[in-house]
Amino acid sequence: MTRTFGLFALVAALILGTGFLQSWNSALIILNMGLVSAIMALGVNLQWGLAGLFNVGVMGFVAVGGLAVVLVSMAPVPEAWEAGGPRVLGALLFGIAVVVAAVLAWKKLGAGLRGWAVAAITVAGFFAYRALLDPAVDAIEAVNPAATGYLGGLGLPVLLAWPIGGVMAAGVAWAIGKTALGLRSDYLAIATLGIAEIIIAVLKNEDWLARGVKNVIGLPRPVPYEIDLQADPGFVETAGSLGLDATTASTLAVKLGYSLLFAVVLIILLILAQLALKSPWGRMMRAIRDNEVSAEAMGKDVTRRHLQIFVLGCALCGMAGAMMTTLDGQLTPGTYQPLRYTFLIWVMVIVGGSGNNLGAVLGGFLIWFLWVQVEPMGQFAMNLITSGMAEGSWLKGHLQDSVQHMRLLTMGVILLLVLRFAPRGLLPEK
Amino acid sequence: MDFLNAFVALANFVLVPALAYGSQLALGALGVTLIYAILRFSNFAHGDTMAWGTMCAVLATWGLQAAGVSLGPLPTALLAIPVGIAGAAVLVLATDRVVYHFYRAQKAKPVILVIVSMGIMFVYNGLTRFIIGPDDQNFADGERFLISARDFKAMTGLDEGLAIKTTQALTVVVALITVALLFWFLNRTRTGKSMRAYSDNEDLALLSGINPERVVTVTWLIVAALATIAGVLYGLDKSFKPFTYFQLLLPIFAAAIVGGIGNPLGAIAGGFVIAFSEVGITYAWKKVLGYMMPESLEPDGLVQLLSTDYKFAVSFVILVIVLLFRPTGLFKGQTI
Repeated sequence: MTRTFGLFALVAALILGTGFLQSWNSALIILNMGLVSAIMALGVNLQWGLAGLFNVGVMGFVAVGGLAVVLVSMAPVPEAWEAGGPRVLGALLFGIAVVVAAVLAWKKLGAGLRGWAVAAITVAGFFAYRALLDPAVDAIEAVNPAATGYLGGLGLPVLLAWPIGGVMAAGVAWAIGKTALGLRSDYLAIATLGIAEIIIAVLKNEDWLARGVKNVIGLPRPVPYEIDLQADPGFVETAGSLGLDATTASTLAVKLGYSLLFAVVLIILLILAQLALKSPWGRMMRAIRDNEVSAEAMGKDVTRRHLQIFVLGCALCGMAGAMMTTLDGQLTPGTYQPLRYTFLIWVMVIVGGSGNNLGAVLGGFLIWFLWVQVEPMGQFAMNLITSGMAEGSWLKGHLQDSVQHMRLLTMGVILLLVLRFAPRGLLPEK
Repeated sequence: MDFLNAFVALANFVLVPALAYGSQLALGALGVTLIYAILRFSNFAHGDTMAWGTMCAVLATWGLQAAGVSLGPLPTALLAIPVGIAGAAVLVLATDRVVYHFYRAQKAKPVILVIVSMGIMFVYNGLTRFIIGPDDQNFADGERFLISARDFKAMTGLDEGLAIKTTQALTVVVALITVALLFWFLNRTRTGKSMRAYSDNEDLALLSGINPERVVTVTWLIVAALATIAGVLYGLDKSFKPFTYFQLLLPIFAAAIVGGIGNPLGAIAGGFVIAFSEVGITYAWKKVLGYMMPESLEPDGLVQLLSTDYKFAVSFVILVIVLLFRPTGLFKGQTI
C-alpha cells in the first residue's frame, strides 16, 4: 500500500515538477495523454494480466475508437449520402451476408463438398461485393473531394463517441476473437499484429469512410473553444484575479476541462476493473490464466471466457482511442505507428505490473511522462557530451540531430531492465 | 502471339518481382524459423536485426564507394555483405550474452522471451535510427538492368517488354547459394547435425554431450548472416528505410508460420506463397486478361483485386486460413 502510494506520489511530483520548471501547459498535455494511456494500459492489463492473452493489435482498436469520433460527431454530408450512401451500406450488408453464408456452408455441408462450396461463395461474393461497392464509393468520393468526399458522421454530441468507440472496437474484437483466439500465444500475437495493420490500411484507403490520408480535421469538442473564453468578460476577469492573461488562462482552462473529463472516465473504469478483479469472475479468469487445463477440467469454458475478456479489453482501448482523437481534434490515420500505439502500451503494462490494475495505470502515467521528457533530457545530456567537441564538427551535428531517437532506445532499455530485475513490475500483483 | 505477350506481361509484372520478393522473404523467414527451432520463441526483433545488419553493410558500401572500389556491373554492396554480417553477429551475440542468456538459464516461458524480444526490438530500432537516421538511403550502384524492356522487345519482336533488374537476378542467385549452403551445413556437418538434434529433443541432445551454448552461438551467427543477406538484398531491390524493415516482420512471420514454423523447407515455401499471393492479388490484371480473352470480353476495369496498400491483408488472410485449417503449416513444423 505504501509502495502504491509512494509511486503515485512520485508520478504526481514529476508532472507538477514539469509545471513548475517548464510550463503548466506542458504539464497538462502530459497529464491528459497520461490519462488516456492509463486507460489503454488498463485494457491491455485486463487481457494480459488477468487472462494471459497476448494482444499486440492495440493500435488497431485505438484507431477504431478514433474512427468512431468521426462517425458520431461530424455533420453528415447530405450530397454524399444522396450520391451513394444507401448503396455503400447495401454493399457492406451484402459483404457480411457473404461471410455468414460461407460460415454456414462450412458448418452445414458434408466434408467432401464444403471446401469447394465455401471457395465458390467467397470468390463469387468478393467480385459481386466489389461490383456493388466500387461505383458507390466513386460517387461519394467525387462529392467535393477537397473539403468532404466522405459520408460524414451522424452529427451527435462528441461525448457519445467515447462509449460508441468502445462498442465499435468490441465489435471488431469479437469478429477477430471468434477466428484467432484459441491459437497458441505467439500465433495470436502475430495475428493481432496483422489485424492492426489491416485496420490502419482500411482507414488510410477507404476515403468514403473518413477521408483516408486526407484526414478529418475540426472535430467537435466537448469543452469550450479558447477564442470563446477569451471573448467572455467574466472569464477574463477571473483569470485576471488569478494573475493570468486571458490567452494563457484559456488554453489552460480548455486542457483542464479535458483532464477532468478523462479523469472521471478513468476513475469509473478503474473502479469497475478493480471490482471485476476481486469478483468470482476475476478469480476464475486468473485460474484459467494460471492453468488452462485444470480450469477446463473444472467445467470452465476457456474459449468463451477468453473471447469475453478479449472483447472487454479491446473495448477499453477503443474508448481510449476515441478520447485521444477528441483531444487531438482530428483523425490522422497516417500517424498510427505500432511502436507508439501497441508496443509502448505493452511497456506501460509490464513496467507498471501486469495483473495489477493500479500498476497498469501507474505504468501509463510514468512511461508516458518518460516518452515525452526523454527528448529534452537527452538533448541536455547530448549537449554535455558534445560540449568538448569542435563547433560545427560532423559528429557533433549528427549526435545532436539524433537525440530524438533516444526515446525508442530508452523505452527498450527500461523494459529490459524491469523484466530482468523486477519481472512482476513496479506494483506486483498481490 | 497473344499468348506469348500475355505471358511476358505476367512475367514482367508478377513472376519476376514475386520471385525476388519471395527469395527475400524466404531468407528472412529462415532466420525466424531457426530461432524458433533452437531458442524456442518468436523473435519480434528480427526485422530490426535485418535493419541493423543492412545498415552496417550500407555504411561499408559508402566507404568502399568513397575509396573508389567497384564491382563493375554488380552492386558494390555485395562486397560489404561480410561487414554487415559481422556487425549483426556482434550485436546479436552481445544481446544473447547480456539478455537472452539469463532467461535461458531460468528456463523462462516462451511468451516471456517474446516480450523480451519486444524490448530488444525497441533498442535495435533506436540504435539503427540513431546511427543512420529514419530516412530512405540509396546504396545501389552498378548496372541497373540485366535486360531492359526495350532490349527485350527489340530482341523478340513482342509488344510486351520483360525487364529484369540486376538486383532481382542477383537476389535469386544469392538466395539460392545461401539456402544451399545452409542445408549443406545443417545436413552434412557435425555442428549442423548437433543443431538438429538439439532442436528435436533438447534433453537427449544434452545427454549425448552436445554443448547447448555452442549450438545457440552458432544459431545466432547463422541468423545474423541470413538476416543481413535478406536485408541487403531487399534494400538493393527496393531501398533501405528502417521502418520498412520493421514492417517486414509481418510477411516474414506469415511465411514462417504458413510453411510450418521451425521447418526451414517450410520457411522457403512460405516465403514464395506469401510473395506470389501478395503480388498477384494487388496486381492489375487488365493487360494480361486483355491478351488472353477475345476482344468482346475484354474487362473495362483494372481487374485489381485489392489496392496495393492492402498487401498486409493478403499475408494475414493466408496466415489465418492456414492456421485455421492446418495449424502445423504446409510442412510439419517445430523441428529442423
